[in-house]
Amino acid sequence: MVPEELRYTTEHEWVRVEGNRARVGITKYAADRLTDIVYVELPEVGREVRFMEPFGVIESVKAASDLYAPLSGRVVEVNERLRDQPELVGQDPYGEGWMIVIEPQDLSELDRLLDAERYRKHIGED
Amino acid sequence: MRYIPTTPEERSHMLRTIGVESLEDLFGDIPEGVRLRSPLGLRRALADPELLAYFRQLAEQNAHADRLTCFAGAGAYDHFIPPAVWQLAARGEFLTAYTPYQAEITQGELQAGYEYQTMICELLGMEVANASMYDGASALAEVAVMSRDLTHRDRVVISGAVHPEYRQVLRTYTAPLGIEAIELPHREGYTSVEEAKKWVDGRCAALVIQQPNFFGGIEEAAALAEVAHAAGALFVVATADPLAFGLLAPPGEVGADIVAGEGQPLGNPLNFGGPYLGIIATRMQFVRRMPGRLVGATVDAEGKRGFVLTLQTREQHIRRERATSNICTNEFLNALAATIYLSLLGPDGVRQVAELCLQKAHYLKRRIAELPGYGIAFEGPTFHEFVVRTPLPAATLVRRLAREGFLAGVPLSRFDPRMRHHLLVCVTEARTREEMDRFTEALKRVGRPRQRASALVGRRG
Repeated sequence: MVPEELRYTTEHEWVRVEGNRARVGITKYAADRLTDIVYVELPEVGREVRFMEPFGVIESVKAASDLYAPLSGRVVEVNERLRDQPELVGQDPYGEGWMIVIEPQDLSELDRLLDAERYRKHIGED
Repeated sequence: MRYIPTTPEERSHMLRTIGVESLEDLFGDIPEGVRLRSPLGLRRALADPELLAYFRQLAEQNAHADRLTCFAGAGAYDHFIPPAVWQLAARGEFLTAYTPYQAEITQGELQAGYEYQTMICELLGMEVANASMYDGASALAEVAVMSRDLTHRDRVVISGAVHPEYRQVLRTYTAPLGIEAIELPHREGYTSVEEAKKWVDGRCAALVIQQPNFFGGIEEAAALAEVAHAAGALFVVATADPLAFGLLAPPGEVGADIVAGEGQPLGNPLNFGGPYLGIIATRMQFVRRMPGRLVGATVDAEGKRGFVLTLQTREQHIRRERATSNICTNEFLNALAATIYLSLLGPDGVRQVAELCLQKAHYLKRRIAELPGYGIAFEGPTFHEFVVRTPLPAATLVRRLAREGFLAGVPLSRFDPRMRHHLLVCVTEARTREEMDRFTEALKRVGRPRQRASALVGRRG
């Protein structure tokens, strides 16, 4: 449920460092609670995002919630498939359901995020 | 909703519960200096017939469009409203309805809202319209915020040929949100494409124009759309009379990304300036940033067609401070009147109304241009409104013509002190040739220099 190798925000985004890039999505815990996801609004490539500021919106039949950037940097890739298949977020939150790839400015921001163990505590699953 | 006054027992019970002795104690925080200690200066109570007679006498002092022949427009238009419109809209089921919190209970209201949205889209050439806003000015202000959210740019460039009150409302709305509104001065009553190019740049969220513009002029919308799009900005078209698009190319066909307008001309009376009907329409790709209620069609569990309020997760009651807008309601009754009006007219009827407006306004424009002392202020194409240069201050002219039975127009000095001799005149399809001829005669009579005054001026010269 909570992969060991990822870092997490308290707002339920995950981030995976891939060389000098970082892939971002939301956790299975968050996706399950949103229930049916109907729309994901993502930034355009090239946009600057800032640590823990909103970069998009995820909309389910229940609510529309902001997505928070786990790292500051520039958006270099956006998961275009989510435009037509937002349900991928619910089906495979850590894989096909990824949202954006960031070129991070400052990897030390990772230290301000939660590791798997602390995220598990955060959601009460330890 | 019921309003039931409290009894003296209930009042003393409530006072006891919150721990004060009397009403006097409850209001103890209000400073003595601002409290009214004498009785209200009310007249003695009147019986029903006396009361009606009193208000009738007050109403008769108004110079209103039913008593005077109306050539005033400037954002409120005296079109003919077929009696069937309000005969239907005023049915008890509609007139007294308040949108229930479970909106889907009232399928009839939602269906009418859905039809309204569809007709507005057809008229404006847009892909999606909301179920209405408060009025044209606040709709335009909402659209400025929407443009900022869509482009992540915080500056809008607004033409000086947009209704001055719309511009004012837009500034009131956007300034506290940190959106800068830059005004593009109009050039002889029109938005200049060259001037727009200078101001619309990579920091600009939207270029806002009005079609037809405040002075009645028909703007070069397609060229202005290109200016906006070349800078990556949105092209926003405001309109104070959507009936113009019975003839003019609809905004959607000339590159508008968002339209904000006033729907009063569609079957709604002048109503002393309100309630009016705010219109917003846009492209489908922007629907999630469009404020206001939106009715969608769907099927129910049994496969039958039904209607719902859709995309509500963006609204304030769910998304709180991050909602697309702070407006969670709409002007349903006015939208309903617009729906009935547009249904009665049909596309051919709308075109006919627009043609009559254009032809009649041009007849009067020609007649006034021939009058000694008068002129047409701006050169260029107009729809049903135009600016007249007047031989005496326009405000004085309007006062004198009211005594002759005319609402002669709107003096532009009200908005721009430099325009003392400018009168904005409007002709709708409801005016007759006979009324226009009488108006021309009255203008001639009233505009003639007074004998004695002109003799004095003559001696001095």
